[in-house]
Amino acid sequence: MIKFENVTKIYPGTTSPAVDNLSFTVPTGEICTIVGPSGCGKTTAMKLVNRLIEPTEGNIYVSDERGETQNVLDMDPIVLRRSIGYIIQQIGLFPHRTILQNMGTVPDLLGWDETRTRGRAEDLLNMMNMPLEFLERYPHELSGGQRQRIGVARGMATDPPAMLMDEPFGAIDPINRTILQNEFLRLQQEIKKTILFVTHDIDEAIKMGDKICILNVGGILEQFDSAANILAHPANEFVEDFIGADRALKRLNLVRVDEVMNTRPPLLQATQNVEQAVGFMREQNLKFAYVIDADRQLQGYVRIRDIKGQTGWVEEFVEPAATAIHLGTNLKDSLSEMLVVDYANVCVVDARNRVRGVINTEMIHKAVMESSDAAGGEEEE
Amino acid sequence: MKKKKSFWQRLSQITFNDVMAWTAIPILMIIVIILVYNRLLLTIEPGSMEANIIGSYEIGFDNVTKAVIEHLQLILISTGLAIAVAVPAGILITREGFRDFSGLILGVANVGQSVPSIAILAVFMGILGLGFKTAVFALWLYALLPIVRNTATGIEEVDTNVIEAATGMGMTNRQILTRIELPLAFKVMFAGMRTAAVINVGTAALGAFIGAGGLGNFIITGIPLMRDRMILVGAIFTAVMAILVDWILGKVEDQLVAPTARA
Repeated sequence: MIKFENVTKIYPGTTSPAVDNLSFTVPTGEICTIVGPSGCGKTTAMKLVNRLIEPTEGNIYVSDERGETQNVLDMDPIVLRRSIGYIIQQIGLFPHRTILQNMGTVPDLLGWDETRTRGRAEDLLNMMNMPLEFLERYPHELSGGQRQRIGVARGMATDPPAMLMDEPFGAIDPINRTILQNEFLRLQQEIKKTILFVTHDIDEAIKMGDKICILNVGGILEQFDSAANILAHPANEFVEDFIGADRALKRLNLVRVDEVMNTRPPLLQATQNVEQAVGFMREQNLKFAYVIDADRQLQGYVRIRDIKGQTGWVEEFVEPAATAIHLGTNLKDSLSEMLVVDYANVCVVDARNRVRGVINTEMIHKAVMESSDAAGGEEEE
Repeated sequence: MKKKKSFWQRLSQITFNDVMAWTAIPILMIIVIILVYNRLLLTIEPGSMEANIIGSYEIGFDNVTKAVIEHLQLILISTGLAIAVAVPAGILITREGFRDFSGLILGVANVGQSVPSIAILAVFMGILGLGFKTAVFALWLYALLPIVRNTATGIEEVDTNVIEAATGMGMTNRQILTRIELPLAFKVMFAGMRTAAVINVGTAALGAFIGAGGLGNFIITGIPLMRDRMILVGAIFTAVMAILVDWILGKVEDQLVAPTARA
C-alpha cells in the first residue's frame, strides 16, 4: 500500500504549491498511474514517496513486505530508498558497469553475496525473456528497448513490495513501448507489486493503471478512481477535456479480447478430409475457416472457394495466417493489429500458439457500443 | 562468463596499426636520442668548456644523466603534489554547499595559470629563495588549475539521470562519489593530469634560472656562452621528455579508463 495523506509540497522561494493537499491510497498489488499536464507536480508527488523531495506538510505511508505500514518521514531516507524499487525515464543505467553490476546495485548496497545477486539477476533476465549473456555486457551494447527492460529489472532486483516508475517507457518508439507495456502488465499479474507510475500520456495511464490519479497544474487532485469509472464518469470538465473526446474508444484499452471473443469458434482440423470440411463450412455459412492441428495449435486458414470440389486433406490447402492475437491483449491493440493485416477475423492464441477463440470486428464494435451506452450514450462511435 | 582470450589468440589479432600505435613514438624518440648522442655529445672536445659542463667521450656524460634525473624529479614531485591537492579541491567544489565557491577557486587558479611561469619563479624566488624547492613550488602552483578544472568538469558532466538513479536506489553521497561520479569522470580528470605533467616538463626547464638544475641548465648556460651544441642538447632532451611523458600517460589512460567511458 502507498498512502498519501494531505500531502503538500511548496518549493522554497515559491508561494504556490507544486503538490496541493494530496490524499489517495494505492491498494497493495495495484498500479496507480499519476497523469496530468506538465507542471502538475506528478513527478514531484512520486519523488516525495522515497524522499528525493521532502514534503512541506502531510504524511506518506508505505507498507513493507510484511504488510506493516510505516510513515516514510520516520524512516532513514537511505534505508527507505533501498526498500523501494525506483525506475526513471532515462533509465539511468550506469554506463561504466556491466548489466550484472547494474542489476546488482541495490543487492550490493544491502550486502548480498555475489552468488545470490547473480542468481537473482539471472532470474530477472529469464523473467524478461532476455539472454543470460547480457549479464557481462555494458549498457551501450544493448538496444534502447533492452536497456529499458534492464532498467525495470534493476528496479525489481531485491523484489521490493513497492515500486516508483517515472515514465519508464517514455524514451522509446511507440511499437516497442506497446510491447514493453504489455510485457510489464503480464509480469505484474505474477509479481503483484504496488506501483506508482508517472506518465504524461493519458492512453498509457488508462492502459497501465488499476487506479488513475489525474492532477491539474499546481498539484491539485482532480479525480482518483479506476480507469473505467473515470472514463464513464469524469468528475469535472478538466478531466473530461484531459481524457479527450474519444473516451468511448479509450475504453477499448480496458477490455481484453478474452472477455469478448468467441470461445467456441467453428474450426477445421488439419487432418479432416476436404469434402467433410466443405460440408461443415456450408452448414455454418462460412467463407473461410481457421485450421488447427491435434494439439489445437494454429495452422492457418482455408477459403471455401479454394477447396470447393477438391479432394484430399485440409492441410494441403492451408494458407498461413498473417497474425494471431495473444490472450490478454486489449481491444485497442487487437483492433489496430487487425487493421494492419486487414483481417476481419483473427484467432486468439495462448502462449503455446493454441487457438483459444476467434475475435472479429463486429464483436469489438459491440463492445464499443456497450461501453458508450454505459458512459451515458454521449458519444457515438 | 566471457572467456578470456588466450595469449596466442590475442597475439594473432594484432594488426599493423596496433604495432605502429605502440612503437612509432618510442622508436622515433630513440632515433632522436641516438642522433643527439652521435652528432652532438660525441663531438664535444675533451677538456673544452662544454666538456666541463656536459661531459665528453673521455669523462662520460654523467652530467646529462644527472640533469635528466633532476628534471624528472621536478616534474614528478610537483605534479604528484598538485594531484594530491587539486583532485580533492576539484571534488570539493562540486559538493553541495561548496558549489558557490567553485567560481572563486577556479578564478584564482586561472589567474595563477595566466601569470607567466618565469614571473612566478621570480616572485617566489624572492620569498622562498633559490633552489629546487622553490621550483617545485612554482611548478606545483602551475599544475593545479588543469587538474582542479578537469576534476570539477568531469564530475559535473556525469549524466544527471545516472546520479538521480543512484540517489533513488539508496546510495549515500559518498557511494555516489566513489562508485559513480569518480569512475565516470576519470577520463576527463586524467586528461587534466596529463596536460599538467606535459606542461610541467617544459616549464621545469625554466627552473634552471633559480638553480633548480634539470635540462634547462644546458640551455641557460649555453645562451650567454653562445654554444649551440649545449643549447640543442638541453632543448632536444626536454622536448623528447615531454613527448614521452605524454605518450606514456596516454597509454596508461587507455589501460585505466573503463571500456564504456572511452568512446
